[in-house]
Amino acid sequence: MLESEFMRLALAAGAVVGILAPAVGFFLVQRRQSLIGDGIGHVAFAGVAAGLLLDVAPVLTALVAAVVGGVAIEVLRSRGGTAADQALALVFYTGIALGVVLVSAAGALDVGLYQYLFGSILTVTRGDVALVAILGAVGLATVGLLYRAFAGISIDEEGARVAGVPIGALNIALAALAAVTVALSMRVVGILLVAALMVLPVSAAALVAWSMRSTFVLSLAIGLGSALAGLTISYYADAPPGGTIVLVAAGTYVVALAGRVIRGR
Amino acid sequence: MPLAVELEGVAFGYRPGQRVLEDVSLGIGEGEFVAIAGPNGGGKTTLVRLVLGLERPMQGSALLFDEPAHRSSRRHALGYLAQRSELGADAPTTVREVVSAGRLAAGGLLGPLRKRDRALVSEAIARVGLAEVADRPLRTLSGGMQQRAFIAKALAAEPSLLVLDEPTTGVDAESQESLAGLLDRLHSDLGVTILYVSHEFGAVEGFVQRLVLVRRTIVFDGPPGDLPGVWHDPSHVHARE
Repeated sequence: MLESEFMRLALAAGAVVGILAPAVGFFLVQRRQSLIGDGIGHVAFAGVAAGLLLDVAPVLTALVAAVVGGVAIEVLRSRGGTAADQALALVFYTGIALGVVLVSAAGALDVGLYQYLFGSILTVTRGDVALVAILGAVGLATVGLLYRAFAGISIDEEGARVAGVPIGALNIALAALAAVTVALSMRVVGILLVAALMVLPVSAAALVAWSMRSTFVLSLAIGLGSALAGLTISYYADAPPGGTIVLVAAGTYVVALAGRVIRGR
Repeated sequence: MPLAVELEGVAFGYRPGQRVLEDVSLGIGEGEFVAIAGPNGGGKTTLVRLVLGLERPMQGSALLFDEPAHRSSRRHALGYLAQRSELGADAPTTVREVVSAGRLAAGGLLGPLRKRDRALVSEAIARVGLAEVADRPLRTLSGGMQQRAFIAKALAAEPSLLVLDEPTTGVDAESQESLAGLLDRLHSDLGVTILYVSHEFGAVEGFVQRLVLVRRTIVFDGPPGDLPGVWHDPSHVHARE
């Protein structure tokens, strides 16, 4: 398997996304915003469509659309008096509707879309991996730097607000990080499955961990393991890589849940 | 005595025309231990939100350490225990992790906690008697112990003003007395100003220096011993009106 360059590149990109997605998703789950990744993914789809229409690299337009969408969701949620689920729904459906209209206008409503919706990690190039590695490193460094702040506002947002912690700025930073993660993960698991890689490893880790920090570290390990195992299985079983990665993460959750039930008896 | 809190002629409502509080004037000196009581819906929590700068008065002024409360430069020195304090995060979170969150404003947002911050966290945990369970997940502890953990979180900020909003909600009678004793010790040992807000002030009546009864406005302000007998049940404030 490793003698094929496309698999080496796929594993490298998968490893970065496998770590970054749960690292960012961890805080979304703690703040009960698990579906925000899905909402951003739908806006990223509109970005991909705009890229196809304008003949610009879809990953770049998706990145811009995802950041704008992520920040918009956060602003709507926190300042517009709109309930979180309604803000998500508004951005969610506007994104997918805009995407469909733009893709149709670009004449690209065909199988080429599949790679953005469900990933196409086996076609990544050295340039793609370099971009994923650089942006992934920046994302992980930001999470590392802000870990305590994100954890603190997850534990007690009201207390942090009273103490003068800039909650709004931190929420926007988290939304922007989620947007970058969605855009980076697009080639690996696809727009429709990216939220799963942000949430499932965290949910599985929380079932067996004993502290917030151990949950964080375990979710990164599960994300990495799911990406590498999923790619390996997809190589030998000739299965779609994005779906296989997410199924491995879902399987890990089921195993962790079963372990917890058995331990509880 | 310098004032920690000063409300002058404050009126407030959440909607136009509504008056949750009216003509409230209140000064709380630094180092005082004051209970604010009154019936549910009487405006206690709103008063706290004004003191903390989370709301701004429609009329009058709310000062915190001589600055408008909503833009006080000493917010990092506020310890706040919200009504029904509970863990926001879903992950298992240890007592130490909860208390460490109390150093967020004072200790800076970036990077790991420094040595002094970690020492303050350990000290706060020990002060509320949770040292032995410091590394246990909060949700595995009793309601009273969880409440103590949140008090330790507030203490970790080295607060000049500690505000507790209905701290005894959902806590059994024994834990309520234990909490009152703990607050009395903290007041004596640290000299911190404490604002204890509750519809039932019986647990702290023996410890506080002042009792303030609120029902839209202040209807009593003085030592608990001066409180007319009929008002010992704060719901009687209704009857009086």
